[in-house]
Amino acid sequence: MARYDRAITVFSPDGHLFQVEYALEAVRKGNAAVGVRGTDTIVLGVEKKSTAKLQDSRSVRKIVNLDNHIALACAGLKADARVLINRARIECQSHRLTVEDPVTVEYITRYIAGLQQKYTQSGGVRPFGLSTLIVGFDPYTGIPSLYQTDPSGTFSAWKANATGRNSNSMREFLEKNYKETSGKETVKLAIRALLEVVESGGKNIEVAVMTKDHGLRQLDEAEIDAVVAEIEAEKAAAEAAKKGPPKET
Amino acid sequence: MFGGATLLLYVTGMKFDTSGLESHGLLIGTNNELLSGLSTAPSFDIPSTTDFDGFQKEAIQMVKPAKGTTTLAFIFKEGVMVAADSRASMGGYISSQSVKKIIEINPYMLGTMAGGAADCQFWHRNLGIKCRLHELANKRRISVTGASKLLANILYNYRGMGLSVGTMIAGWDETGPGLYYVDSEGGRLKGMRFSVGSGSPYAYGVLDNGYRYDMSVEEAAELARRSIYHATFRDGASGGVASVYYVGPNGWKKLSGDDVAELHYNYYPVEQTVVEQVMAET
Repeated sequence: MARYDRAITVFSPDGHLFQVEYALEAVRKGNAAVGVRGTDTIVLGVEKKSTAKLQDSRSVRKIVNLDNHIALACAGLKADARVLINRARIECQSHRLTVEDPVTVEYITRYIAGLQQKYTQSGGVRPFGLSTLIVGFDPYTGIPSLYQTDPSGTFSAWKANATGRNSNSMREFLEKNYKETSGKETVKLAIRALLEVVESGGKNIEVAVMTKDHGLRQLDEAEIDAVVAEIEAEKAAAEAAKKGPPKET
Repeated sequence: MFGGATLLLYVTGMKFDTSGLESHGLLIGTNNELLSGLSTAPSFDIPSTTDFDGFQKEAIQMVKPAKGTTTLAFIFKEGVMVAADSRASMGGYISSQSVKKIIEINPYMLGTMAGGAADCQFWHRNLGIKCRLHELANKRRISVTGASKLLANILYNYRGMGLSVGTMIAGWDETGPGLYYVDSEGGRLKGMRFSVGSGSPYAYGVLDNGYRYDMSVEEAAELARRSIYHATFRDGASGGVASVYYVGPNGWKKLSGDDVAELHYNYYPVEQTVVEQVMAET
């Protein structure tokens, strides 16, 4: 076995880790992903590039379960995602085995972020090229959480966030329009954010909703289309209302 | 070079992450280049002896009878009651009458000592460290379930190597009162009433007879005290002081520590009788 001890991620003279920054570039080229935390619901949405006709779309799930009460969506290199997700799933079960308790969202986020950081400070490996959005409910208190990690290994909690392609516009939209929501309103907010950067339509976005009692549920195309139609109707009504009243003065 | 477990991932695909089962903090986190790709099971210096298997059996046999003690714990309506004697014996010699057999792991969790005193003290202290680290990392206290599981996993790793530990972990966590029995064979049991040690059969007799779930703290303390007293009365390896601790929602509190000889005269006061006076005259 050759000795993999030569570091690839090294500091530049002005204090940058270029490999990590290039990894962030890879993330920026990945598909858009958004997460919104409501009071009793958490929604993850991901842009879906049109699947090839012969491809079985069920095998390209972009929003996955880490455990019954935790889900993850990511943007960036999909192959790296698979490896990271598998490690996280094992850690979830390992935690259940050693302390007879499901993981908290914060714990598994810390684990994933720790893993991403380890690969920026080890010989012979490159950083993972993905940012993740991790959502879930605390197993005891039932409080919903949304966390984001990135290739450098940092993580933080968010009320709503976006990553991947055009994430800046989505985040701006969320900052302008975020308010405490629950149930269907949370789903609408997430889809509205995605529609800012994605072509409209149920076949271009994948949405999953997590609730405390029912775990993760993927919305099917028809449901997404229904919500999209509602959103468009609301937009049209808002436009009409803007043009209407001034004529009376 | 990062830890062996992750390197194996590149070679064989998936390796079950056993870091949670690692026995002591010394090995976790050390990026040992010498390990390069081999399993990260903890490694120990093997004693240099001609008869390795037989040597271990001798060590175990020497330590086996030494669970000379009486400890008990039970859950009731108000929390957990924990009690123990304080005698240490080496064969027929009483080496101490004032051993602390109830170990304070942290302000809301207690462990009892039966078996090897050194083993119990060391591993309980180690457990206390692990519990504290868990608190710092997760910003919440560890559950009694989790703490007992950590200890049981450690002891399982050393199974067959001569550790002698028969302990009960009692505490109060988010889910209420918790009581687990953990031993050096690797066993771990959840329960409402336990007694461990050479005096346990006697203690069980009194405890099982007098137990009711809805007792007050005073009644439960008296039951615990009486059970320990009766065990020390009949078992030669138990004696000294009967300590009683109570674990409630705000943590543990020591309720009493009574010399069992004095307790005897409390329960069975001496009465002057005619017969004794006659004996005195001759």
